[in-house]
Amino acid sequence: MIVGRVIGKVVATMKNASLEGQRLLIVQPVDRHGRDKGKAIVALDSVGAGAGETVYWCRGKEASFPFLPIEVPTEATIVGIVDTLNIPGAGSKK
Amino acid sequence: MLIGRIIGDVVATRKAPSHEGRKILVVQPLNLDGSDRGEAVLALDGVGAGVGERVLLTTEGFSAMTCVDRPNSPIDSAVIGIIDHVELVEGVR
Repeated sequence: MIVGRVIGKVVATMKNASLEGQRLLIVQPVDRHGRDKGKAIVALDSVGAGAGETVYWCRGKEASFPFLPIEVPTEATIVGIVDTLNIPGAGSKK
Repeated sequence: MLIGRIIGDVVATRKAPSHEGRKILVVQPLNLDGSDRGEAVLALDGVGAGVGERVLLTTEGFSAMTCVDRPNSPIDSAVIGIIDHVELVEGVR
């Protein structure tokens, strides 16, 4: 899983039927210091995350499992909202 | 599987129910010489590992889910072993 920050969302009217009602969020990966690292991607939301929140997401086929029994075509899904990131030496990050 | 070092953990109240009851570890993958190999990732703890330990990290979903006994869960990475030592044989690399 990867830690990052929700920086926006995608609205798409025409999409796969299984994606109806799902929220498409734009997430920016961050490093251990909370700094942006790498490029943002689009991920589905399974926990009710919102803009500005630090979250973590799951990649691969496993990303579709929060929505079972519906098989949702996603390759990245937010599966947790980070309260604290405890990394000794890097400073705690909300 | 990768060799990694646990550098921290994450506290998350709101998360996938299948992640309840397991530590969420921040693991830095390592090269064989001990240097960092890419960015740190989050992995569920399958063995009771702690910060500072060198561990075996699986980054494939099925093995990760199996290791933490949570089938059909959104888990793509897990710590599946604590490494005692690594032996590299001279002259064959």
